[in-house]
Formats: sequence, C-alpha cells, structure tokens
Amino acid sequence: MARPQHLQVNPLPTTVLDRRDIIPLLIEKPEDFLCVGGLAGAAQELTAIANDAPYVYALAGAMGAATTMALGLALAQPDKRVLCVTGDGELLMNLGSLATIALMNPPNLTIICVDNGHYGETGNQDSHTGFGVDLATIAGGCGIPAVLTINTMDDLPEGRRLVREGNGLAFILLRVKEGKPLNNGRLMQPAVGRTRFREHLLGHA
Amino acid sequence: MTSPDVTTGAITWPDALYDLLRKANVTQFAYVPDAGHRVLIDRSLADPDVHSIALTTEEEGISLLAGADLGGARGVLMMQSSGAGNCINMLSLTKGGRFPLLMLISMRGEFGEGNPWQFPMGQAVKPVLEAMGVIVLTASHPDEVIEVASAGLTMAFQSGEAVAVLLSQRLIGAKKFA
Repeated sequence: MARPQHLQVNPLPTTVLDRRDIIPLLIEKPEDFLCVGGLAGAAQELTAIANDAPYVYALAGAMGAATTMALGLALAQPDKRVLCVTGDGELLMNLGSLATIALMNPPNLTIICVDNGHYGETGNQDSHTGFGVDLATIAGGCGIPAVLTINTMDDLPEGRRLVREGNGLAFILLRVKEGKPLNNGRLMQPAVGRTRFREHLLGHA
Repeated sequence: MTSPDVTTGAITWPDALYDLLRKANVTQFAYVPDAGHRVLIDRSLADPDVHSIALTTEEEGISLLAGADLGGARGVLMMQSSGAGNCINMLSLTKGGRFPLLMLISMRGEFGEGNPWQFPMGQAVKPVLEAMGVIVLTASHPDEVIEVASAGLTMAFQSGEAVAVLLSQRLIGAKKFA
C-alpha cells in the first residue's frame, strides 16, 4: 500500500545544526526588526531571543499566517525591516504565499524558514521536508530574488549578511536537527499582542 | 478621481465604491480575481498610492490584512463567494487578535445562478462567516452599495469588527451559461 517515501531526487545533506545555537547567531539583534513568528517553535524562539518584546508578534494558531502577515506589515512599514520566522510545517501549509510575496517583492522583508523536517508541536511527526521536499527550490521557483540554504556553520556569514545588510527580499532555509526550540513561554493572548505591537510601533493601539 | 461611464457620464457604483475606500484611507487592496471586482482591481492596479496584491488563495488576505493593521495600514480583501470557505480557520487570527477586517464578496450560487457547482459554497457564505464571528452585510441594488459599504467601513475601522459586504448576483448580474 502507498505511504510517504523519502525522495530520491536531489537528496539534501544530513542536518547538523542545533536551532538553539544557530538562530540567535543568525538574527543577533531582533530589536533591529519588526518580527512575525509562526507557530510554534519559531514564535517561541523569537519570543525567547527578544525577551518577550512588543515588536514580536508571536502566533500560536492560524497555521500558515506568518508569511503573509509579514508581507502586509512590510508593505505598511516600508522604512522598517521586517523579519518573518516560520517553520517547515507552517510554510508547507501556505506555499502559495511565497508566490504572492515574490510578485510584491518588498525590499524590506526577510523570511527565515527553520526547517527541522518535523511537526515539532504535535508529536514530532515527519513533515514533507523530512522526506526531502526542498523549500528553497520552491522559493527560488516562485521568484524570490535572494535565496540561501544554511546547512552548516560555514553558511552562517552569508546568512547574517542577507539578514542584516540585504537590500531586498530574501528567503533563508535554515536546516536544523530535530530538537526543542528555545522557549521561555510566549504571549498566548493574540489581542494583547496586537495592542502592544501597535503601541510600540505607532504610539497608539 | 472618478471614472465616469463613457455612455452616460454617470459615476457607476464600482467606481464610487473605489473612491469611498480610498477616502477611508484604504491602501492595501488584496484579491483573488473575480469578474465582479474588475473595476476595483483595475483601479487599484492603476493607483500609484496603493498596494494591489494578487493572492493565490483567499486566506492569505486574512493574515495579510492583519499584518497591515499591525503596521497601521488599512486594507480590503476582495473575493468571489467560493473563496469564503478558504478563509475559515485563518479568521481565528482576526477574531482572536481583534483585528479589523473588511471583505468584499461577489456572490455566486444565489439569485439567478445557472451553474450548479456554485450553490454549495454560495449558500454557505453567510452562515460559515457568521460562525467565525464575521458580521455579514448585503448589497443587492446599485443605489445601496455605498450606504452598505460605508456602514462596513465604520464597523471595521472605527469599531474594530470583522465585516463582510456581500455583493449579490442581483447587483452584479448572474453569469450566463449556455
């Protein structure tokens, strides 16, 4: 009977990076960005490294929302850099958003997809990327102008350059091992998150 | 900035609706294309002061406009009735986060519909949106579009509600099938 098979075309290298080490090094100073974190590990991680700051909107539901939420924010705030951190599971649910974002090509948006090949929040089931689906190829095929895959620490300098000095829309596929994200808890009240984000950015709710 | 009808010189309701949205400072026009929204989409594409955002699926627009609100901008989401069902779980973000939302939905599967495929979703638009906490208004005649859309703008951007304005097939005309 049929079941998901590991892909035999273009096999990806084995993952070696620990997300707890690499994500703080890649983002370094989250306060330089307006941030949207997709459920679940990405939002937990952003919240942890930003110390629960108001400029992080952390999602704990609405799976698939992070990329287009970041697009709307980037279009509304062209003078600020916007950072979207999502996961492979969430992005697989909304692949078309990469096509939408590529057509709009906001120069102030960077998307980081933390790809651990698993649905970490629901019991660590394999995701499609764990079977070999390559989200960076999809992002490039959608027309995102700068696409980078980070497999090892050797790729970090180029990733940091894209995040911090990039002058255009960028997609970074950060391939990490299985394992829990940094997590000191996150705001679980979405309306409170909206109010404090807007107060921080706009000076009013 | 209105486009008069070439034969009569009158301002048609789609042009008046676009002008109304712009006067309300709507700057993000997001859509999955439909013939019923042709004028709004074309005018947003021609307007240098707005973002015109083509979506691959309607739910992208729900989260897009929540992000616009985080950044202090107002938007509108345009779709055909068949797209309403694609938005349902994403409306968790709108309701949970108390984000304002204005949707314009061109209806199929109701008044005078000749394609049986359109009925299941067309007839379900109102109950499923209401089940997710969206307030549903309907415009069925050209002379009530601006009044209904104005009410929707106030409810969304002054009161912070999620509002859908249904543009009925009685208003936009039923598509002809041979």
